[in-house]
Amino acid sequence: MNFDFSDDQKQLRDQARKFLTEKCSPKAVRAVLDGKAPYDKELWKGLAEMGFLGVAIPEDFGGAGAGHLELCVIAEEMGRANAPVPFSSTVYLAAEALLIAGSDAQKKKWLSAIASGEAIGTLALFEGKGNPSPKNVKLTAANGMLNGVKKPVADGAIADFAVVAARTGSSGRDGDISLFIVDLRDGGVEVKSLTNLDPTRGQAEITFRDCKAEPLGAAGEGWSILTQVLDRAAVLCAFEQVGGSDRALEMGRDYALDRIAFGRQIGSFQAVKHMLADMYVSATLARSNSYYGAWALSTNAGELPEAAAAARISATQAFQHCAKNNIQVHGGMGFTWEFDCHMYYRRANAMALGLGSLSYWEDQLIDRMRKKNAA
Amino acid sequence: MNFDDTPQEAEFRATARAWIGANAPKQYEDELRKSSLGRTQLKNANILDVAKAWQKKKADAGWACLHWPKEYGGRGSSPIERVIWQQEEGPFGQLSRMFIIGHGMCGPTMMAFAREEHKRAYLPPLASGEKVWCQLFSEPAGGSDVAGLRTRAEKDGDDWVINGQKIWTSGAHYSDYGILLTRTDPTVPKHKGLTMFFLDMKSPGVEVRPIKQASGASDFNEVYFTNVRIPDHQRLGEVGDGWNVSLTTLMNERSAIGAAVSTGFPELFEYCSSLMLDDGPAIDDRAVRAKLANWAVKASGLKYTSMRAISALSKGERPGPENSIGKLVAGSMIQDVATYALDLQGAGGVVSGEDAELAGRFQAMLLRAPGTRVEGGTDEIMRNIIAERVLGLPGDIRVDKDVPFNKIPTKGRD
Repeated sequence: MNFDFSDDQKQLRDQARKFLTEKCSPKAVRAVLDGKAPYDKELWKGLAEMGFLGVAIPEDFGGAGAGHLELCVIAEEMGRANAPVPFSSTVYLAAEALLIAGSDAQKKKWLSAIASGEAIGTLALFEGKGNPSPKNVKLTAANGMLNGVKKPVADGAIADFAVVAARTGSSGRDGDISLFIVDLRDGGVEVKSLTNLDPTRGQAEITFRDCKAEPLGAAGEGWSILTQVLDRAAVLCAFEQVGGSDRALEMGRDYALDRIAFGRQIGSFQAVKHMLADMYVSATLARSNSYYGAWALSTNAGELPEAAAAARISATQAFQHCAKNNIQVHGGMGFTWEFDCHMYYRRANAMALGLGSLSYWEDQLIDRMRKKNAA
Repeated sequence: MNFDDTPQEAEFRATARAWIGANAPKQYEDELRKSSLGRTQLKNANILDVAKAWQKKKADAGWACLHWPKEYGGRGSSPIERVIWQQEEGPFGQLSRMFIIGHGMCGPTMMAFAREEHKRAYLPPLASGEKVWCQLFSEPAGGSDVAGLRTRAEKDGDDWVINGQKIWTSGAHYSDYGILLTRTDPTVPKHKGLTMFFLDMKSPGVEVRPIKQASGASDFNEVYFTNVRIPDHQRLGEVGDGWNVSLTTLMNERSAIGAAVSTGFPELFEYCSSLMLDDGPAIDDRAVRAKLANWAVKASGLKYTSMRAISALSKGERPGPENSIGKLVAGSMIQDVATYALDLQGAGGVVSGEDAELAGRFQAMLLRAPGTRVEGGTDEIMRNIIAERVLGLPGDIRVDKDVPFNKIPTKGRD
């Protein structure tokens, strides 16, 4: 047994950390946060050059063909750095949907464009409030034309293409849903940026009016593909959340060592020490659950649905816990725009919702555990 | 990243499985599988007798204390083989909990500090379960503050004379030997005046009085020492170096307790899967599911954290203070899980023992759980360990530092 990343994978992690420390400083994150740009284009270009965007994309389709464990270690670093780029929407959602269901022609076209940094992709699933569910998909597809409104769509305002979930039947079953690819540059869509909790990763509303679309995967298979995409993205996002948790914990620890109050380092007060210890505990549990998810993802194991839900819940809780208590350790300073704490707090809370809420995943986990026990 | 055995590991597993299959006391398997924290007795047999018989059988075939060297009664196995054995031993491993203090703490301390002839004489019968050991550290005045202990050891010729009292001593009532931490010099700061010994629990002047716990069981004892004589050659480590010796024991204690601790989650999940509430099965209730999911990820998080630790061990890394999280998380969790399981039973949850749902497993768990949060270091001590040794935060301010022990105040209020 070896329940750890390999030395090569750890080396890749170090390489990603070094690159992101250099190219993605808090100042760079702030440029996007302050609205100076919709995302960090330079960083995106750099990520493509490093081969990080296509790390899990096969060589035949323009990627590095390394694998998902490699993508996990990069995801962790993206989370640590709070990178203001459309990484999760493009790499975890759009690319994974294409990997699972795309035709060779679709993969050739879009995956190689993702790997080279030429195309930003996203998944258009949600339509307002609510969690992933076939019954929440109202947008229709008929005769290759989409009609309806999707929101929020992660990075929708800067995306070149979207994988869109549409209703193609009215039986009331999962088979009513099909997936389509839309080239957003072709017109037929109206895109509006939405203000959101975490401006370092944008959200948009996209209106489709008689918009031409190409099927992705077989008709009626949409929901089963989406479930797989969400599970895979849940593991990858969990690594971003673990990276964010670790960074928030580190910021809190460093501040507790530097800051003097009542004549002592505040980190010498047991209340503060214990808060930081609890942050460490939640980050550690999340990391361990995520490792299991990484194993299941990389081997396509039957345990993936359960492992993904566990990683998702654990990492969501840990990142929220660490980000909020990092502010608490910082006291008043932590609540200012000037300090970086709120950037992680925003990201933690936005990420907690992006693939469906915590309560949705809790429900999923219990369903999946029951299924396993029944089997 | 993989979970597969190497060919050698697979061979070891197959051998272990075959031997366990042929030799384990299967008549107790069901009872042991269903026992949870707070219920380690057997209905129709004395669990100590059953445990001793199983341990002796294992020792005779070379399966006792796997990671110990062969000359001291072990097998000289790798950490991974030890884990594989535990996986294969399954519910029968519950029986070795009777020896956890001896095997997990006293043995390693003896191995590190005893004379060679003592190791060869005392360790094999400890490994085989023929002799049971206890650990005499805690005192009324020194629980989490172990170094605050007051039991005195005074030199008299070649012997030391012991007077004082220990408390919370697990298994002292059926122990043959114990390791004992004493104060040999009260005029120096508290950590500097301690000395460690091992002794025969049948020595004249040793009196063991069982303590009735909150759960009603008596696993713990008070132990009184009145002019008990211990020969100097039974000293472990140097005079005045007892604190360092005890740190070896305590580090082993935390990993031993942490590794064996249960969370109560499998029991709760199973219970909720069958329990009918007023408006349907508990597992279909949203609130129940949310609770279960939260504990599920803690339980799996602990499981995979220990797998990561095992992986590190197998690469030759030493277990570090990060292993404190097992006991910290599981301790509160088992208490919360038990409380919740009873909440689901409504007014009926108050009934305990054989008359209760599931023969009172959750009630027994509830009453035993506070002990888990205290033994081997309280939650607060565990958090301090993580904060100081993992995160590098400053130590607590100690007003008794550098103060001679006999000048430290002994009462909070007059």
